[in-house]
Amino acid sequence: MDFELTKEQKIIRSSAREFLRKECPVSLMRELKDDPNGYDPALWRKMADLGWHGIMIPEACNGMGGSFLDLAILLEAMGEVCCPGPFFSSIVMGATSILRAGSDAQKQNLLPRLASGELICSMALTEPGNWYGLDNIHTRLDPDGDGFILNGNKLFVENAHISDLILCVAGSEEAVAGGGLSLALVDRKNPGVRCTPLETLSFEKHCRVVFDNVRIPRENILGAFGAAGKTAEYLLEVGAVGKCAEMVGGIGAVFEKTVSHAKNRKQFGKSIGSFQAVQHHCANMEVDVDGARFLTYQAAWKIAKGIPAAMDASMAKAWTSEAARRVTALGHQIHGAISFCEEHDMHLFYRKAKACETAFGDGGFHLEKIAGNLVS
Amino acid sequence: MEFQFTERETAFEAEVEKFLKAALPEDWPEHARQWPGGYGALEPESKEAKKIAGEFNQKLVEKGWTTISWPKAFGGKAYSNMEQAIFDERMSYYHAPAFSIATGIAGPTILKFGTDENKQDWLPKIANKEIEMWLGYSEPNAGSDLAGIQTTAVRDGDAYIINGQKTWSTKAHTADCAWLIARTDPQGHRHKSISLFVVDNQTPGITIRPLNNILGIHSFNEVFFDNVRVPRRNLIGQENMGFYYLMTALDFERLMVGVGAFKRGLERLTGFVRQAERDGSPLGRNAAVRQRLADIAVRIEVAYLFFWRTASMLDKGLVPSVESSALKLVTTELSRKLADVYMEVLGPYGQLLRDEDGAPFNGLAPRGYLDCISATIGAGTSEIQRNIISMRGLGLPAR
Repeated sequence: MDFELTKEQKIIRSSAREFLRKECPVSLMRELKDDPNGYDPALWRKMADLGWHGIMIPEACNGMGGSFLDLAILLEAMGEVCCPGPFFSSIVMGATSILRAGSDAQKQNLLPRLASGELICSMALTEPGNWYGLDNIHTRLDPDGDGFILNGNKLFVENAHISDLILCVAGSEEAVAGGGLSLALVDRKNPGVRCTPLETLSFEKHCRVVFDNVRIPRENILGAFGAAGKTAEYLLEVGAVGKCAEMVGGIGAVFEKTVSHAKNRKQFGKSIGSFQAVQHHCANMEVDVDGARFLTYQAAWKIAKGIPAAMDASMAKAWTSEAARRVTALGHQIHGAISFCEEHDMHLFYRKAKACETAFGDGGFHLEKIAGNLVS
Repeated sequence: MEFQFTERETAFEAEVEKFLKAALPEDWPEHARQWPGGYGALEPESKEAKKIAGEFNQKLVEKGWTTISWPKAFGGKAYSNMEQAIFDERMSYYHAPAFSIATGIAGPTILKFGTDENKQDWLPKIANKEIEMWLGYSEPNAGSDLAGIQTTAVRDGDAYIINGQKTWSTKAHTADCAWLIARTDPQGHRHKSISLFVVDNQTPGITIRPLNNILGIHSFNEVFFDNVRVPRRNLIGQENMGFYYLMTALDFERLMVGVGAFKRGLERLTGFVRQAERDGSPLGRNAAVRQRLADIAVRIEVAYLFFWRTASMLDKGLVPSVESSALKLVTTELSRKLADVYMEVLGPYGQLLRDEDGAPFNGLAPRGYLDCISATIGAGTSEIQRNIISMRGLGLPAR
């Protein structure tokens, strides 16, 4: 057991922090919140040049050959500054899905372009009427000649409107009859794909995506047709832990800012951090942040090692989702009135925490998964 | 980062597990009705259970497992803190009667700060389980503010004369000696005027008055010291350094949270939920019950991670102060939470105390519901732990 980062991991973290402090301060999030694309292409290229996009991609495909744990460290650093952009949807979801289920041809074609920052991806899972899991998927992928036809409606497809590829989770007629799910890589520029931006609380760029008789060539199916259920479950697990890493960064930053504010802010002639009510809030934040960090890194470590991590991922997501809500709310409480003004950063973290909580299952959803394991 | 045991640790864990399965009857947890994190129930009451506990401790001595983390020069095995943690986790999972102030607190403190004479006098007896001790810390006017103790120890030739009163003295009536702090310099700085002693219970002038706890069990005592003459050689380490020793000794106590008992507690409850019905439907299908159980499972995992982190820090030579406060805080708050969930799941039947009335778990839950109150109060309240985290850890200013 060792809860400290290795020397190499510490270097990843400190260099990521240093870069982000200069190139992506929290103010960038505020500048880009109303930008329709929601990212800065120059920053995107710089991150790719540093090797971030390819951190988990094998060296043979122009990546860094690192692990999911390395990626989690980057995500934590990005969470600390609310880093906006399509990194999560392209790399955590896109690259992982291709690494996990892609054919050699798909890997050789797509991974180098993901590593270089040329490709932007998104994942289309949620549908009207469906909750957090893989139940109740009505989008249909049906065989048609030597390819397939895709039809359906998706919601909360992050960055779909700027994506080159949309990874779509779909069922089929066979699926309805008990067959499995499929994963299709959809060219966003296909005329049958319609993306409409959704306005959400977090300023993340989510879209409604309609697939209207979109023709999908056979080589764009990820894994076997009708047999991607397990891959999709794995992607949800990875997505959940990835979101946890972002949240750990976010609440770590909130915690640090809040303790510092408590030390500096004076009322009644004293620093408010000398008041026990405030001190105990801070102590509770510490427990929440550490618990979130340990659970998250335990799950990330298992994923990186290829050890089954479904329960670890659910424990991490259940605790971190709720801890993020508690910590950001206490951050507001201790910062006082300025924290609910637009010019202050706190609400950006509060919003982001909520968005992360609802991505890939909230606390209650994951507690139910854990209960399934405990009680059946 | 590493979230697994080494090969040696895994093998040791298996060895402890095997030992426990052989040394304790399978239904031992039914006898040892301890509540995870609670301080009140402690030792089993029945004659049969006491006999089993006595034999178990003898087996620990034979194995050399009373002192696994002590240096080899003093008969220990010089195992790591992680191995000590693994040992404690398994022991607490099986509710083994292995908890001891003498081996857990007094021994390690004497090893670290004791004079050669102290070591000769006490270490062999502690290792062989010949003596057990009770903690003489709290007083009627010194609880959370421990440095405010009023018991005095005044030098008189080659002895100290002790006067004063201790309270919440768990097992003072069954243990052999007090591990006691008293003020040796009434004019000195409040932290630098306290000394640590071992005091034999048989010394004239000691009166022990029972205090029954919330469970009706005689676990606590009030202990009165009236001109109690203690040989000078029973002073541990140097005079006036007692408070410092005591604070440093917290290092050794940090892992004594019985983390395994929580896991066992959840397993027993899920076992019940799997086979029980409520109004004709399987209880395991009840959404609220499922959420409660899963929530406890997550909290237990967090407690385990805090536990392993503390052990890992100790092995790196770091001093976990804030971290151990966080560990104490999460485990004892969890003690309360677990009792709440047991009682909620059992509903009205949770009130039943006796097997013959149909009490689930033979009345463990209502006893736990009472005992868990002690968890967040004893050994430093949750508020004191939060003070330590915020002031010592986060550097927030004093009032």
